[in-house]
Amino acid sequence: MTHIVEMKGMNKYFGKLHVLKNIDLTVEQGEVVVIIGASGSGKSTLIRCVNGLEEFESGKLVVDGQALAPKGGNQKALTEIRKEVGMVFQQFNLFPHLTVKKNVMLGPMKVKNASQVVANATAERLLNRVGIGNQADKYPSHLSGGQQQRVAIARALAMEPRLMLFDEPTSALDPEMIGEVLDVMRELAKEGMTMMVVTHEMGFAREVADRVIYIHEGQIVEQGKPDDVFDNPQNERTQAFLSRVLAH
Amino acid sequence: MEFQFQFDWQAAIDSIPFLLKGIPYTLLISFGGLLIGFVLGIIFGLLSINKKWFLRWPATAYIEIFRGTPILVQVLFIFYGLPDLIGGPIDPLTAGIAAIALNSGAYISEVVRGGVQSIDKGQTEAGLSLGLSRTQTFWSIIWPQAFRRMIPPLGNQAIVSIKDTSLFSVIGVGELVRQGQIYIANTFTAFEVYFVVAILYLAITLSLSFILRLVERRGLASV
Repeated sequence: MTHIVEMKGMNKYFGKLHVLKNIDLTVEQGEVVVIIGASGSGKSTLIRCVNGLEEFESGKLVVDGQALAPKGGNQKALTEIRKEVGMVFQQFNLFPHLTVKKNVMLGPMKVKNASQVVANATAERLLNRVGIGNQADKYPSHLSGGQQQRVAIARALAMEPRLMLFDEPTSALDPEMIGEVLDVMRELAKEGMTMMVVTHEMGFAREVADRVIYIHEGQIVEQGKPDDVFDNPQNERTQAFLSRVLAH
Repeated sequence: MEFQFQFDWQAAIDSIPFLLKGIPYTLLISFGGLLIGFVLGIIFGLLSINKKWFLRWPATAYIEIFRGTPILVQVLFIFYGLPDLIGGPIDPLTAGIAAIALNSGAYISEVVRGGVQSIDKGQTEAGLSLGLSRTQTFWSIIWPQAFRRMIPPLGNQAIVSIKDTSLFSVIGVGELVRQGQIYIANTFTAFEVYFVVAILYLAITLSLSFILRLVERRGLASV
């Protein structure tokens, strides 16, 4: 098996606040890793380090064979990593001045120098795949939250990433739209996409994850197969967290 | 003693052809100056939000100096002061354009800064995550959105600068007010002539407002 992400003794601070403490974590090719934990536990920060949206202060981080240096060093590696790693945000972050299709075309055209024709074909294929083919010429603001998030997934997929990061992709959605986004993610997982997902959707985690990681105050407290973590958590903090989130 | 003032319509109408000669200068100084001011505004506006202090400080100094001093002093300085420094005269038209450029440039810098900073950080993150460079992210994602938000304040600045050109009568540029002064010196019809001058300014600024509203509506329609 090949590691696509490898973190070793990674530490991250926001000023004096120690956000990530000695993180050791490897993600294998094709693996779906779901990261759970209370808000403020550092789970978003963890995946934002993977594509360099956050810098880390010490330790080792290798993504797709490229070693990132602490404090934002090694910009070259970062550039390479970002081409291979897609990201989906809580707030979608679609480009409001571009149509849905142009949103999906931008990456391939600017980064891979894809021609208009090729990028257009890719965008149409991906938009159909996430079920938004008929909205391609609309602007993002004319779409529902669930549709926007599916466009955001298509936009990330257009770069043919080897790893997809999902940062609470359904947290900003109305309840009735969560399902349509999770469906797309489920499909992706089935097709073998390597994914790191930060989410509060425990049902999704249990069903789709190969591994669940529980993070508490910047530390990986427990990890394992979803059934083990959810049904038989070993650490008392995990037990407390799960009893809170699964109670209702 | 009885005093009666009568608005002399004939005098007002007679002055129009002479006053109209000032309009090309008014437009040339304002739009020439604004065009350069826009370029200065983009450069210094972006420098003023740069992370590197040695780029940020000079830009901030420029902005504060030209926003913090009267444009009348600026144009007098350029027209009467600078020739001492460069050892030759500056023609009034050039001085006028330079004053509008430098002055509006400072205000437009602030418009640019505000516009760029108003764009959500998530937009930059989305661009970078796709693999775009910082430069690509800025010019294809941030700038187009920021520019749309800049249109109303830019229009505002254009109107202010057009009116500011009226001060340049003091350095003898044959713009609207200067033409008016010359005309009045011969006819003593100050009330009528300044009334027409005011109407002509209003015609320019109202046309500009109208055009800007159209542009704004088109630009915002998609967002």
